[in-house]
Amino acid sequence: MTTITADARPRSAAARPAERMRRAARRWRYLTNAGAAVVSVVLLVWTLTPIYNIVMVSLEAEGDVAVTHIWPPQPSVESFWVVLTEGHWYLEAFWHQFGNSVFLAAMVTLFVLLIGTLTTFSIGRMRIRNGWIITNAALLTYVIPASFLAIPFYLIMNRYGMQNNPWSVIAVLVTFATPYAIFIFLEYGRSIPLELDESARIDGASPIQIYFRIYLPLMAPALVAVGTYALLLAWNEYLYQFLLLSNDRSMTVAVALGKFLNSDVAPWNYMMATAIVYALPPIATYYMFRGRMSAGLTMGGVKG
Amino acid sequence: MTTASAIDFGRPAARRQSLWRYWRGGLQGSEFTWAVAFIVPYVAVFLAFVVYPAFYGLWMGSNPSLYAEVFSDPIYLNTVVNTMIFLAFGVNVKLFLALMLSGFFMRPGWWTKALLLIFVLPWAVPALPTFISIHWMLNGEWGLVNNALYILFGIDGPSWLNSRWLALGSAILSHVWKWTPFWTVILLAGRMSIPQEIYDAAKVDGATGLKRFTHVTFPLLANLYLVLTLLATIFLLGDFNSVYFVTGGGPANSTHLLATLGVVRDMLELGKPQLGVAAVMSALPLLIPLVIILMRKLKTSEAQL
Repeated sequence: MTTITADARPRSAAARPAERMRRAARRWRYLTNAGAAVVSVVLLVWTLTPIYNIVMVSLEAEGDVAVTHIWPPQPSVESFWVVLTEGHWYLEAFWHQFGNSVFLAAMVTLFVLLIGTLTTFSIGRMRIRNGWIITNAALLTYVIPASFLAIPFYLIMNRYGMQNNPWSVIAVLVTFATPYAIFIFLEYGRSIPLELDESARIDGASPIQIYFRIYLPLMAPALVAVGTYALLLAWNEYLYQFLLLSNDRSMTVAVALGKFLNSDVAPWNYMMATAIVYALPPIATYYMFRGRMSAGLTMGGVKG
Repeated sequence: MTTASAIDFGRPAARRQSLWRYWRGGLQGSEFTWAVAFIVPYVAVFLAFVVYPAFYGLWMGSNPSLYAEVFSDPIYLNTVVNTMIFLAFGVNVKLFLALMLSGFFMRPGWWTKALLLIFVLPWAVPALPTFISIHWMLNGEWGLVNNALYILFGIDGPSWLNSRWLALGSAILSHVWKWTPFWTVILLAGRMSIPQEIYDAAKVDGATGLKRFTHVTFPLLANLYLVLTLLATIFLLGDFNSVYFVTGGGPANSTHLLATLGVVRDMLELGKPQLGVAAVMSALPLLIPLVIILMRKLKTSEAQL
């Protein structure tokens, strides 16, 4: 600092305001950088604490979480091994339940993509008259909270003997995920020129051929975005799975995890290890398709 | 076809034909059949799983004497207060933080990008494990929060989940923890879509720092912010997980929201689903105007999420 001022002194008076401004700018940059560092640290602690807690409990050597330390003295990965080998009676059906979750998510994704593309092909490409009624219905479904229909839906499914049948949950999840698919597909479909369909039609292609040969291949990026969305939605959903899938054979990992919470003597480290195994597939999927997902999520949202 | 023509028998043929043509639009013969066939699956799903349950619910909750029972229940009245507080703080804290943080994440550099990847974790991780984890972190005797408070500062923390207001506050913060990343990502995309030229022009006119935000950024984001507020309000009204897992509605059923009260206490604990439907339906006077405004906003601005 002293050398700078010593250098600056002999210079002309006109140089001084410029020097002062430069110094002020530098000080401002230091301040904002320090502020950003503080914000970063706060964000990291805030974001990671609950996740840290899961990892910590899962690494406890004993099932007892009534502890007073903030890091286990002898961390062990034994609980993961117990989960993966179904080595505790709480986890007897773990892989079966995992399979149920996979089946549920796969079916929801498949049907959301199928119904979504069929609907938007009819509205957006074939331009069926009064298609706006359908988009309005979809919009209405999108803005109704799913949990508000939980009680009547539960009673209806009970009435038709659909309890413990995964298709009851698949039906409701498809219902609540398809509207989003319809918006994204309609929006994305606008970028595909209609002339393609027309020239195919002149060449004698039937609508179903146009759907399979032209529409679906060109929609691939949107299919990936919506597929990821539906997959995560189905895997992560809890309320309907909890209400409708209650026995050991039909329940999913999410329901099994929730059941742990209600028991008094549950081995918490096993539970947290289960939670990590359950959370890894969606996290991996999310980060793999993150770019496309957020592009889809915000597509048009930014137009507001 | 024969039944249709039997019904239309009395009508002039020309009119019948034009009506038919109107419905078909520009589509020819079998194409119209295909177009209808393609929308049938969604129409069926909508009728069976939205319209039917909705009307079933309305029918269940149509008995006026139910509402006398609901409104005389002190736990229900507590729940309404909780829902109001949850809405007022949950929505606004979450969106205000998201607005500010989206500005923070506009900063250039690898560090901000890396931090954003970590920051979206709460949203990417399923709600269930993290909310259960928060539930244990807040345990008064052996939770991580109180252990850390004791080790770092020598303070004995309170039993977070044993008092109504601390428990409700914890549930709200958990909700904010989980959902702020989602809204931040959307607002970040909103900020990115603002062209740099606008900022350059504003800079020439002397709008920098805070002025740049109040006179340029916020006015351009205001409509999006409004839509997001409405949407967040509706989503929060239907929130089940954050209260169910963090506080379990306790202590003594004092921190329920409408959705958890209706499903957990009324239907599963008391075995009175009608009561639950009535409790949930009492949110309709708030929900219906919100839905109507939001549907109009989303249509006119073609903003889709």
